[in-house]
Amino acid sequence: MQTVRLSGTPAAPGLASGPVFRLRSFERSARRTGTADEERGALADALAFAQQALEALSGRNAGDEAATILAFQLALLQDEEITRPSYAHIAAGEPAHNAWRKVLDPLIEDYEAAEDHYFRGRASDLRDLRDRVLEALLGGGEQAIPPGAIVLADDLAPSRFLAADWSGGGLVLEKGGTTGHVAILARSRGVPMLVGVDLSRIGTCDEALLDGHEGSLVLAPDASLRQEFERRRATWAQQAREEAQHLDVEARMANGECVQVLINVARPEELSGIDPQHVDGIGLVRTEFLFRGREQLPDEEEQYRVYRYIVQWAAGRPVTIRTLDAGGDKPIPGLTREHESNPFLGVRGVRLSLRRPDVLIVQLRALARAAVHGDLKVMVPMVTTPHELAQCRALLEQAVQQLLDAGVAAQLPPIGMMVEVPAAALSLDAFDADFYSIGSNDLLQYLTAVSRDEAELTALSVPGPAFWRILRGMTQHGRDVKCEVSLCGDLASDVRHVPELLRCGLRTLSVAPGALAAVKTAVSRSA
Amino acid sequence: MTTNATGSVRIEHEVGLHARPSVKLTQLAKTFQSKIEFAASPDGPWVDAKSIVKVMGSKTPKGTMLHFRAEGEDAPEAVRALIELVERDFEPTS
Repeated sequence: MQTVRLSGTPAAPGLASGPVFRLRSFERSARRTGTADEERGALADALAFAQQALEALSGRNAGDEAATILAFQLALLQDEEITRPSYAHIAAGEPAHNAWRKVLDPLIEDYEAAEDHYFRGRASDLRDLRDRVLEALLGGGEQAIPPGAIVLADDLAPSRFLAADWSGGGLVLEKGGTTGHVAILARSRGVPMLVGVDLSRIGTCDEALLDGHEGSLVLAPDASLRQEFERRRATWAQQAREEAQHLDVEARMANGECVQVLINVARPEELSGIDPQHVDGIGLVRTEFLFRGREQLPDEEEQYRVYRYIVQWAAGRPVTIRTLDAGGDKPIPGLTREHESNPFLGVRGVRLSLRRPDVLIVQLRALARAAVHGDLKVMVPMVTTPHELAQCRALLEQAVQQLLDAGVAAQLPPIGMMVEVPAAALSLDAFDADFYSIGSNDLLQYLTAVSRDEAELTALSVPGPAFWRILRGMTQHGRDVKCEVSLCGDLASDVRHVPELLRCGLRTLSVAPGALAAVKTAVSRSA
Repeated sequence: MTTNATGSVRIEHEVGLHARPSVKLTQLAKTFQSKIEFAASPDGPWVDAKSIVKVMGSKTPKGTMLHFRAEGEDAPEAVRALIELVERDFEPTS
């Protein structure tokens, strides 16, 4: 095969080269079928194989959301309502894989057609299970992902991702997005990954080069491409090694001044790949993941457990949890307004929370309960006026009082604001906040009047003199009143901006987990 | 000796019988010899409490009164244990 160069969207950084492994699509696979007895045996083996694999996975993923999904799949696998009709189809002359499909497919369709969002979501668990057994039937060992391969697939289930040995390998998907579950896992485990790559016309080839920085995939590379790739990889590896040395030490500027480097977290699963010793805390926990893609909003108990898990992970380090920031580019069905003419300037963040105190109070109660377990802080997004923050503080105090009156352990956490609205950024002294955290993405968007998703105008939405001036004003205010001012937007994760952020007086940055080493390194090189 | 037992309990779990509660319920039901069923109404339709497909398929929401019935040697123990499970909101015994 001739060299082919494909491009895609980078979903996890890093470079990988290795043998190509194309995950088969089950529709196209053929399988030699035997007698009814042999087919019965084949299905029994495949079920046992799938069960073993799931049990091994549950052992490794105990305690989190993944454990529930795996337990559900295991229960399905052992359910006679599934196995009995499958064996009945085999007795009636169907080959094992058809028999299995005949039982699982209608069930999947039934879940897909469910009115309840939650049940529709479970269809993917059933598909995952169906494919796991089919794969065992279609030659088991062959479809196991070999270690260190560049895996090309239409899509990949999170459980398959977790089962594979990715050391040295990489992943290329035709479907999937950069914010999908597998992409998050790939980033937290350092597996280079691309999405949105058209794999329909590629032939067979042995070797591929994957660049998760620039988003390229080279199939059947020639010697010069390989050499060039190795050079890039060596540079990158050298840089990563140098940066990694900064991970477990405090970030200090050249003049010896300490800078706190914390991480932003969008899903608790991300934490499993991070050593708490490498961070000074969590500067932003986005709580939207708890509310998105489900029918009922999460109750106090569910929220409490998640917040407690995160706070305990941090082991005494500060954890800033942001109250629900719905609206704008983060709609939540049943909660956010539909058909707003300009959602980014509409009922979003605290504006929505104060209109739905029933939802906010549940979250504040859960936060106050979790505050007992560590250094938890509550951050309110999209604050425009002092009154909004005062209302949130009053609700939080009331929630704590009610919990204590009812004999529930709770504590009043510090409450601060995310500074995103220019009007607020220019008048910090008017707000009664325990801390300020700058949300640079929205602040820049509002300051420059450039939409965050307008690809054509990205050159206008870079921080300029106005942004730096406002930033200096805010850090000055923080020093005057001895109140922490941090920055948790994407700007802090971009090492090109780190020196200027420090020059403007910031000493607390909260960054994407993947940028931690690079940012700590950039800090140490800043004057 | 075969005995029969019945009992009922209101399900207060916020989401009703979703994956986690359903898995707990079937796991517990399977530890008993008896045939165990439940229904949202005293006259059925009855659902096999040992089948995750059936339990999840019932799509039982919060606030439903769950009626259990069991038949077999350990029927009374089974019904008692399942009611306790629902009462403690599907948490493990501490």
